[in-house]
Amino acid sequence: MGRTSTFLFSAAATVLAGTMPALAAWQPQKPIEFVATAGPGGGTDNLARAVQNIITKHKLTEQPIVVVNKGGGSGAEGYVYGKASAGDPYKVIFGTSNAWQQPLVSKVAFNYTDLTPIAAMAQDEFLLWVKQDAPYKNAGDYLKAAASGEFRMGGAQSKDTDEVLTRMIEKAGKVKLTYIPFKSGAETAVQLAGGHLDSHVNNPSESIGQWRGGTQRPLCVFSPKRLPQGPKVTATEGWSDVPTCVEQGLDIKQYEQPRTVWLPGKVTPEQAAFYVDLMKKVQATPEWKDYIEKTSQVDTFLTGAEFDRFIKEDLDHVKQVAGEQGWLVK
Amino acid sequence: MDNLQELLHGFTIAVTVPHLVLMAIGVLLGILVGVLPGLGAPNGVSLLLPLTFGMQPVSAIILLSSMYWGALFGGSVTSILFNIPGEPSSVATTFDGYPMARDGRPTTALATAFGSAAFGALIGVILITFLASWVAQVALAFGPPEYFAVYFLAFASFVGMGGAAPIKTVVALAIGFAIAAIGIDTVSGSVRLTMGVDELVKGVSFVVAVMGLFGIGELLVAVEEEFHARAVSSKIDWREVFRAVGRLPRHGVALLRSAAIGCWMGITPGGPTAASFMSYGIARRFSRRGRYFGTGEVEGIISPETADHAAGTSALLPMLSLGIPGSATAAVMMGGLMIWGLNPGPMLFVDQKDFVWGLIASMYVGNIVAVALVLLTVPVFAALMRIPFVVIAPLIVIICVVGAYSVSNSYLDVVMMLGFGIVGYLFKKLFYPLAPLVLAIVIGDKAEDAFRQSMLLSKGSLGIFFANKLVTCLIVGGIALLLLPLVLQLARLRRKPAPSADETTVQDAAREKVII
Repeated sequence: MGRTSTFLFSAAATVLAGTMPALAAWQPQKPIEFVATAGPGGGTDNLARAVQNIITKHKLTEQPIVVVNKGGGSGAEGYVYGKASAGDPYKVIFGTSNAWQQPLVSKVAFNYTDLTPIAAMAQDEFLLWVKQDAPYKNAGDYLKAAASGEFRMGGAQSKDTDEVLTRMIEKAGKVKLTYIPFKSGAETAVQLAGGHLDSHVNNPSESIGQWRGGTQRPLCVFSPKRLPQGPKVTATEGWSDVPTCVEQGLDIKQYEQPRTVWLPGKVTPEQAAFYVDLMKKVQATPEWKDYIEKTSQVDTFLTGAEFDRFIKEDLDHVKQVAGEQGWLVK
Repeated sequence: MDNLQELLHGFTIAVTVPHLVLMAIGVLLGILVGVLPGLGAPNGVSLLLPLTFGMQPVSAIILLSSMYWGALFGGSVTSILFNIPGEPSSVATTFDGYPMARDGRPTTALATAFGSAAFGALIGVILITFLASWVAQVALAFGPPEYFAVYFLAFASFVGMGGAAPIKTVVALAIGFAIAAIGIDTVSGSVRLTMGVDELVKGVSFVVAVMGLFGIGELLVAVEEEFHARAVSSKIDWREVFRAVGRLPRHGVALLRSAAIGCWMGITPGGPTAASFMSYGIARRFSRRGRYFGTGEVEGIISPETADHAAGTSALLPMLSLGIPGSATAAVMMGGLMIWGLNPGPMLFVDQKDFVWGLIASMYVGNIVAVALVLLTVPVFAALMRIPFVVIAPLIVIICVVGAYSVSNSYLDVVMMLGFGIVGYLFKKLFYPLAPLVLAIVIGDKAEDAFRQSMLLSKGSLGIFFANKLVTCLIVGGIALLLLPLVLQLARLRRKPAPSADETTVQDAAREKVII
């Protein structure tokens, strides 16, 4: 069978090389599977489906694409599936920084090194949110009030991005917060609206409806500079009006969540190059700009050495927080 | 009256030829995915989602929600005909629907189920129309302790009102909790009970469990008990469809009670599954023919179906107004909303009036379209029952295997499904109830999360469950239901012990235990 497929592959390559010399050596020969490491409806699922839609619309590849959801175990299901599909270039895994953070803190049967990194597309920002009628107007007031030690911070999942950020806030602001994990950011936002929590650190898209509806408002954004100007969210304010946390004396310069794309391990460099190129083409379309704006994310594209460096830096940082909290798995 | 005006405006959007066509297409596709094994509403809606990106948001949501209605109806078909529930919320429909169909009355069973489902949905939509803002406020009052209290109430209603011995119900619940705990734990983030099998990190899917417990389990019992002549001679009778629907008003009390339970559980985040189970349990307690439940009682079909659809419909409201999806399908639709550029949340009702009221109006019209289409198909589906058992049995095995595999393309799921089949068989043989087991698998982990979140909030004090009126009422109600069997037993002991129990009652009770 190995010989047959090699033969077919070289035959196909010859044909392709003959007809389309400009393209890279490898082209997909059968349907491609997009694996979203989240349930239907979440941010990761939305990204996978948006990319699928753009590729299909612009006919960026001849092959059909199907999206499957493998969101069990906070995404571990999808990554384990990717690990088990080693050498198969027809499975593209869509995830977040979970890919390298989760193996640090829980005993899951994969590590990010089992996968081939393709790119980090789009970054989600984090903001500090409080209930609309809360008395504090800025992060400084918030920290002063939180010094009582009675504050309840909500977030999605345990020992994941939201809790890591919560622990960073505790350290930078010298306060103690009670962290309550929920299943998703949307659920957390509703709990804050109902007054069951004091704050959370949701991404913009998870709370934009609540902000516009006047149930909660952002105090500051964990970013080195303010967010880009966009359409107003409420009658008077938009994302660019939210001050940075550093401006307000909460010294956390940068914290963001990349949306990541992977292939299984043991694929050839040509196969990886094909997908890097494909994602680059997706990013150049007007539909992509539209998706980024509607979901209030930041457009970025990291690949190759840049992406590797990003992972290393983030990993060092999370290791430190996780180590201090005693979360690291033995 | 404002709402009424908005609704009329909504009708002008929903009742147009293109939208009616979309509804019919959506409903038909929905029935198809509901009946086909392993597809189900969430998958069907996600498959259709990319097609809607280029559409107007109103048209898109009308198409998707019509598909949802169709899939809900389609799910009841397999529950009644083959004892294979397609959605968690149609499990309770199998209890009386399947025996009735086996009894030679599949047409009656299907028509009753569809008629009462439509009634439930209608009450749900009326509630949304007139109480939208109030309902949103109620849902906001639910924090972790209140969530836990609602789940506790659902579990307790089974112990107190279920037909089986209370202690057996507790055992079944406990096994369900253990199964629900498999996988990643939300509160600690660690992996539990995977026993070294990496694939178990995703947890045990509900579909895998019920296909085995009900589909395969029932098959094993059937093979053992009556291998011969299981073909049911059912006449295809159009008039029976209308007669069954016409008889529904006689069960007005059951209909109204179930719709009320459904709406309540839909608004509070209990959801359709808990609603249908609770409604069934309560109906058995209060119905005059309660002891015949499980043998093909009409009210045993009406109660879960009405509550399921009332809850499913009213659960769309928290999704629109708060952005919390009440079900997996609602979660997919919410993803769609974001892609269409709408943000679910309190402002949707202000910013996007055309969208919201177009959708609500389409729920009235869409349900009518769905019921009409689905009633037309009843004789076709009922004819399936004529196929002899020797043909149907292997077909059921195939449906279950394909269904279990297609959940996440995993061979392990097929093996687990067959394992659950044996568990289902043993449960039936030993008179253990399956319903609490399924309920615990579906909402056990949510109940656990809510309890532990409450403990984090209160720093370990149980006082949080008595902190306000709402949660206190729910918890006290739950405890009362839990103690009910104990109190009844004490009362019976007080009275003079009867010399010999009534022969027929014992038989009925035994029969009931076999089926539930």
